[in-house]
Amino acid sequence: MSAIAARRRTLPGFGLTMGLTLSWLSIIILIPLAGLFLKSLELSPEQFWNILSSRRTLNALRVSFGLAFAAACVNLVMGSIIVWALVRYRFPGRRLFDAIVDVPFALPTAVAGVALTALFAEKGWLGAPLAAAGIKVAFTPVGIFVAMIFIGIPFVVRTVQPVLQDLDPEIEEAAGSLGASRWQTIIRVILPSLGPALLTGLALAFARAVGEYGSVIFIAGNLPNVSEIAPLLIVIRLSEFRYADATAIAVVMLVVSFVIIFAVNRLQRWAQSRIPAR
Amino acid sequence: MSIEVRNLVKKFGSFKALDGVDLKVNDGELLALLGPSGSGKTTLLRIIAGLDWPDSGEVSFNGEDALAQGARERHVGFVFQHYALFRHMTVFENVAFGLRVQPRAIRKDEATIRMRVKELLDLVQLDWLADRYPSQLSGGQRQRIALARALAIEPRILLLDEPFGALDAKVRKELRKWLRSLHHEINVTSIFVTHDQEEALEVANRVVVMDKGKIEQIGSPDDVYESPATAFVHGFIGESIELPVLIADGLITLGDRPLRLAADGLAPGASRLFVRRHDMLVGPPGSGAFEGAVQHVRNFGPVQRAEVALSGGQTIEIDAPRGRELRAGDTIGLEPRRYRIFAG
Repeated sequence: MSAIAARRRTLPGFGLTMGLTLSWLSIIILIPLAGLFLKSLELSPEQFWNILSSRRTLNALRVSFGLAFAAACVNLVMGSIIVWALVRYRFPGRRLFDAIVDVPFALPTAVAGVALTALFAEKGWLGAPLAAAGIKVAFTPVGIFVAMIFIGIPFVVRTVQPVLQDLDPEIEEAAGSLGASRWQTIIRVILPSLGPALLTGLALAFARAVGEYGSVIFIAGNLPNVSEIAPLLIVIRLSEFRYADATAIAVVMLVVSFVIIFAVNRLQRWAQSRIPAR
Repeated sequence: MSIEVRNLVKKFGSFKALDGVDLKVNDGELLALLGPSGSGKTTLLRIIAGLDWPDSGEVSFNGEDALAQGARERHVGFVFQHYALFRHMTVFENVAFGLRVQPRAIRKDEATIRMRVKELLDLVQLDWLADRYPSQLSGGQRQRIALARALAIEPRILLLDEPFGALDAKVRKELRKWLRSLHHEINVTSIFVTHDQEEALEVANRVVVMDKGKIEQIGSPDDVYESPATAFVHGFIGESIELPVLIADGLITLGDRPLRLAADGLAPGASRLFVRRHDMLVGPPGSGAFEGAVQHVRNFGPVQRAEVALSGGQTIEIDAPRGRELRAGDTIGLEPRRYRIFAG
């Protein structure tokens, strides 16, 4: 019976591809993550709690998640504007700017970190005028924020761009001829249509910023409790051979990230359900 | 509301979409803009709506300058060919959109809006779809919702761009009748664009035939069908036989054969002769103006469509009534019951 059913399947290769998918995902993702959890079990709950509630850990987590979220929000706004300009207008150099958006994807993060640090250092091109205005960027949390914006921008642009391209300009004309102002058209018609894509872009930019290490450590200054990100604290604990401490912080990052991504995912699905496919 | 368009010119690069268009639309009229694609009909409609701007010329509504206002202020209902419904809104919210975006000073309260939307959905006979999303509707339903949405703002003018262009033949026919009776009911000055002559002739009070950015003829459906003003109109509307003829010395010649047709009052020179397919009467050989051999016959209900090779070498298609059956190989005489000759 089952043999007949198997033979009747229209798309062959289900067993093979499913097997490969599961084993590959297990080897690449699930087993390392499980290892992480197992390692953290070496700690008693009390020890685990002490590591997490230490001032330095809490500050590192706060810096990482707080700044990553702020950077993702900035990217959401600026990314949307960039997408709008790239999709809706024809101007000289448009293709060049379109390509430039991908630079943070391609650039090794350490290179980006060095470049940003040089730029925003007290004697740098941007750092000098900012310092004169009383704003220090390099070697402060502001520097971390700047680096996180830098690496996150392509995620918003590249997720929203195709959706906006698919959005028929006729619906804007329709809104206009029905009496909507430009602003009403943006708020009531364009943004809701882009909603799910905007949320995805936000989630990706956020996830990227939380995990960013290379570019941030150059510009951060890495002062404990002030400008120390959680991934750096993990590296520090590892170099001190305090593996369990490192894994405890890692587990918390993992769980928090997962919860946030999951929440955004639900939000995105909810938004998507309000825009059924054509 | 009457509309007047004077000497409208619009270019896209070097392409002249509108080349000096003059048009007057009377209050309460249902007017069709008919023409092949690229004739400028949609451009004209978009300029009247305020979605496009002319390079020169004037548009006025009831004598007041419309070009001074944007689409938003003109109070014109526009129905798009591909509906342009808001995908993230229910049918109800789509129709309510125009009422919800009104300036606060004149915006109606929620209860009034609900009542008005309900009325409009009743008008287009789709009140049972209020909670659906546009993606869950058929093409014909979407078009009717788009119409209800345009009517919600109580437009002074209703403009429809190829309203039935994306629908299948059966639905088109139903919606045509429906649009005509709807217009009768609401009596708003309306213009619709179409490339389908049948649609224009069946629905409109008056038809404007356009080609290459110019108006070829304005008239009632009967006028444009029965007495086409130009060669283009004759060729575009109804199924016509077109033959190149030469007029000289009081004779009309096709190829090198003189035709037994009167050339009174025609300017000499190269001309084109137009005959409707069903206006070619079949007779015995030697009886009519033309002579030819039947090549091929197909039957379409009440008519038989025959391909006839004229003795001058041209091949034409005629529609003859059933009864006297034609057969391939027959030699027949053909007499045009009515014909028109245009110079050029």
